[in-house]
Amino acid sequence: MTRTMWDSPLGKKTVMAVSGLIMLGYLAVHMLGNLKIFFGEGEFDHYAHWLRTLGEPFLHYEWALWIVRVVLVVAVVAHAVSAYQLSRRDIRARPTKYVHKKPRASYATRTMRWGGIILGLFIVWHILDLTTGTVHANGFQHGHPYQNVIDTFSTWYGNVIYIVAMLALGLHVQHGFWSAAQTLGVGSRTRDRAFKTVANVLAVVLTAGFVAVPVGVMTGVVS
Amino acid sequence: MKLTLRVWRQQNADADGAMSTYEVDGISADMSFLEMLDTLNEELILAGDDPVAFDHDCREGICGACSLVINGGAHGPERTTTCQLHMRSFHDGDTIDIEPWRASAFPVVKDLVVDRSAFDRIIQAGGYVSVPTGAAPEAHATPVPKADADFAFEHAECIGCGACVAACPNGAAMLFTSAKVNHLNVLPQGAPERETRVLDMVAQMDEEGFGGCTLVGECATACPKGIPLFSITGMNKEWLRAGRKAAKR
Ligand code: HEM
Ligand code: FES
Repeated sequence: MTRTMWDSPLGKKTVMAVSGLIMLGYLAVHMLGNLKIFFGEGEFDHYAHWLRTLGEPFLHYEWALWIVRVVLVVAVVAHAVSAYQLSRRDIRARPTKYVHKKPRASYATRTMRWGGIILGLFIVWHILDLTTGTVHANGFQHGHPYQNVIDTFSTWYGNVIYIVAMLALGLHVQHGFWSAAQTLGVGSRTRDRAFKTVANVLAVVLTAGFVAVPVGVMTGVVS
Repeated sequence: MKLTLRVWRQQNADADGAMSTYEVDGISADMSFLEMLDTLNEELILAGDDPVAFDHDCREGICGACSLVINGGAHGPERTTTCQLHMRSFHDGDTIDIEPWRASAFPVVKDLVVDRSAFDRIIQAGGYVSVPTGAAPEAHATPVPKADADFAFEHAECIGCGACVAACPNGAAMLFTSAKVNHLNVLPQGAPERETRVLDMVAQMDEEGFGGCTLVGECATACPKGIPLFSITGMNKEWLRAGRKAAKR
C-alpha cells in the first residue's frame, strides 16, 4: 500500500496534501505562540523554555520538541520531494507551449512552484538564523529568543526575507488548503464556498500574524 | 469577413512544424469554424497546395472528433465544440491563431490532427461495465435513485474530445478519466468493478504520460460539456477508497 502510494502520482499528491496540512497545523500554533512577544521579554522567553519542558515528567527535557522537529522534517522533505517529482512529470507531459498565450489561472495558483521554492529556502535560513544562530546578526544567545528576534528584525534584510516569505506563505496556503481538500476527495460543490473561505481566512490570518512580529519590532512596539 | 489565419503546419509526426499565415475572404458570420477552414482548404487545393489536416466527424457537437486550439483556447472563445463555434464570434479583419492539442500523450500526426488513442486505452482499462448480453433486462429491475442518475448523466456527457488535456498546463487527463469513473461508479451496474475500474484507469492514465492535476481549473473551463472540476475531487475520493479496500484484502 505505502509502496503503491509513493509510486503513483495520485499517491504522491496525497502525500503532498497530508504533509502540507501537517505543516499548516504547525504554522497555526507557531504563529499564535510568536504573538506572545507582545507581552514582553519575560513571558516570551518563559514560553520558549516551557516548549522544552513540555510533556515532563513523562518525557525527558526537550523530547517533545524533538518529536515535533522530526515530524516536521519528514513532512517538509516528503512535501518537497513529491513537489519536485510531480512537477517534473507535469512539465514533461506538456513540452510544447502554445504560440498564442492566454492569461491563465490566479496568481496563487501560478506561484505554487516558485512560492514553494521560496518557502523551502526560507525554512533553511530561518533555522540557521533563530534556531542554530549560524547566520544570526549581532551574536546569537541560546535561551534568549526575545533578544534574538529583535536582533533579526533590526536588520533590513532580516525584515525583507521574512516578510517576502510570509507573503509567499499566504499565497501558497490560499491555493494549497483548497487543493488539499480536492486531493483528499472531501471537496464538493456544496462545500466549496466553505473550503475557499477557510483557505482565504487561514492565508490572511497566518500572514498577518507572522508579519506582526517584524512590524512590531520595526515600529518599536517590541523592543 | 476577411480574416488572417495563422495555422500550425507539420508534414508528419517526425517533421518540424511552424505557423503558416493565410488570408481568407468572403467568410459569413453564419459559417461554423470548420466551414471556414473548408473554405481555406478549397482555395489551397485549387492552388495546388496541401490542404490543412484537421479532425472532424459529426459536426453537431456530439462525437468529440473536432479539436483545435483557437487563439490559445481549446475549442476557441465559446464554451462549445469547434464544430459548433460560429464565425459570428469573430470580427472582420481578425487574426486567428489555430494550433493542435498540445500534450506529449497526444502526438501530432499531421498539421492540426493529433493521436488521441491514449484515451481509448484508458477506456479499455476500465471504462465499461461487464454485463451478460442477451435480451434487455426489465427496466425497473435495478432501481437507480434520481440523484445518482443525474450525477451519472452529468458525467456521461463527456465526449472524449481531449479539450481538458489541451487546456491543462500539465497536460493532465484527470477530467476525462474522472468523468468516466464517476459516471460508471455511481450506478448499480458499475458497482462490481467499482474499485478495479478507478485503479486501472488511473494507472493507464499515468502510463500514457499525462501529467497530474494541480487544481488550476483550465480543464473544466474549456470542457464543451461542462464536466465540473469537482469530478476530479470525486475520482480522488474513489481512488483513495479503492486503495483502502485493496489494502484490507
Ligand atoms: C519546502 C518548501 C515547499 C515546497 C517546495 C512546496 C511546494 C509545493 C508545490 C509545488 C505544490 C503544488 C503541488 C501541486 O500542485 O501538485 C504545493 C502544494 C501544497 N503545499 Fe507546499 N511547498 C512547500 C512548503 C509548504 C508549507 C510550509 C506548507 C504549509 C502551509 C505547504 C502546504 C501545501 C499544501 C496544503 C499544498 C496542497 C497539496 C495539494 O495540492 O493537495 N507547503 N507545495
Ligand atoms: S465534429 Fe463531432 S463534436 Fe465536433
